[in-house]
Amino acid sequence: MRPFRYEHAADRAQAVRAGAAGGGVQYLAGGTTLVDLMKLDVMRPSAVVDINALAADHSDVRLEGDHLRLGALARMSDVAEHPVVRGDFPVIAQSLDLAASPQIRNMASLGGNVLQRTRCEYFRDPSWSACNKRDPGSGCAAMQGVNRKLAILGVSDKCIANYPGDFAVALAALGATVDVEGANGRRVLAFEDLHRLPGDTPHLETNLKPGDLITGFSVPAGPWTRRSLYLKVRDRQSYEFALASAAVALDLDGGLVRQARIGLGGLAAKPWRSPEAEAVLRGKPLTEAAAQAAAEAAFTQARAQGERAFKPELGRRTLVRALLQAHAMEA
Amino acid sequence: MAREAGNGRGPSRRRLLAGAGGVAALPLAAAARPMPVASAPATDRPRMDMILTINGDDHRVSLDPRTTLLDALRDHLGLTGSKKGCDQGQCGACTVHVDGRRVLACLTLAAAVQRRPVTTIEGLAQGEALHPMQAAFVEHDAFQCGYCTPGQIMSAVACVREGHAADDEQIREYMSGNLCRCAAYPKIVAAVREAAAQTARA
Repeated sequence: MRPFRYEHAADRAQAVRAGAAGGGVQYLAGGTTLVDLMKLDVMRPSAVVDINALAADHSDVRLEGDHLRLGALARMSDVAEHPVVRGDFPVIAQSLDLAASPQIRNMASLGGNVLQRTRCEYFRDPSWSACNKRDPGSGCAAMQGVNRKLAILGVSDKCIANYPGDFAVALAALGATVDVEGANGRRVLAFEDLHRLPGDTPHLETNLKPGDLITGFSVPAGPWTRRSLYLKVRDRQSYEFALASAAVALDLDGGLVRQARIGLGGLAAKPWRSPEAEAVLRGKPLTEAAAQAAAEAAFTQARAQGERAFKPELGRRTLVRALLQAHAMEA
Repeated sequence: MAREAGNGRGPSRRRLLAGAGGVAALPLAAAARPMPVASAPATDRPRMDMILTINGDDHRVSLDPRTTLLDALRDHLGLTGSKKGCDQGQCGACTVHVDGRRVLACLTLAAAVQRRPVTTIEGLAQGEALHPMQAAFVEHDAFQCGYCTPGQIMSAVACVREGHAADDEQIREYMSGNLCRCAAYPKIVAAVREAAAQTARA
């Protein structure tokens, strides 16, 4: 690990001031991504700003009108256990419960969790010189390499790294927003606008600017949030990243789908929402055939060469199963 | 009141290996001296003075900001019960409790847990009396090589305390952050099950 300056921020203003100082400043909350990648020499901040003192004001979990408010410094385990989240937003509780390990869920903050970096092994190991995400313009060793776990949606010729998280997929599906505090004050981003697609600049992963600090999330509650679930398919039963996952939420009007919210994980370059699949289901009865048609629509743009050839079919089956399970829920 | 780690607990393998005046932790009064630490590079890197609260005792240490809690425990305080397996948050051998919650010491910077209570495997027993989870691991022979065991036990104590040991399936799920390369899993589950039942009766 390279040397860095360690600072404690006592409050939000101090954190943002320190973060905006430039020159590779990183915020430290749980550290489960940052410390790991600093040890691997992938992240090389000149300064680390410990923001855990802000938890006193930014770890709330509560219903505010028709929105679920989540403080960015709430820990994954605490949010997953929260009765409002478990009862009214099962897709969020499940996406957190099924992620990482109990130890990591005790450490990781929500804000850090949505910003976790890809698990692409070529990104994580600097002995591979070709990684456009780590070193812009250097190429992509994964294209012709071991890429079974990488993305098939939203990829580019420069990068096929997948976004590895679960919680962010639920937020994308539910149309959440993100509160950001920056050098020029506060602003609200649609969650779908937080992450960028790789395009020609895979090293730019989010639309956050230096010093921007995520302070919280807001999730609109609706008739669909209770009838929601997160289905995660992986190589081992626990403590493993998704090969494919689906976050689904359904608003049913008698036998018909009034509204479907669909997110996909493990398969895409960023937390993925599929408006194409949602559109297929609108106004229709949720039969297995309808679910399959929606799943077809979700993967028409998939690029799945080589080792990833199995992933569109795995993704479709995962989505179909999730939709049928959500349809069968008592909600 | 700070004191030397492991004080009054008889000779330890670590102290024998370290030799007198070796790697063992410094009492507060002596902390102003340079740390006689083999693993720290002899450079002029900036150090941070901090107080770490380990198993109820305050330790004043002066550490490179890069030092993880795991390295602080093992290399600077002589508490080598917490083990370094993967050192990247994948195996759970370094599991300790911070503020009563299980976390990974290898991904925790020491500077981030200043003055927050840390419990390690050395802090579980009451004198010569093993913690019920330690006793259950012995009783069920829930290890072979033993390297993952301190992390398994710290994780298991938290698993029971969290209420996540209702049945074998739940124990397996909530112990999944602790890998055992000897694959003593069935006996680990049995030990956790028994300790959980004892706790429920207590």
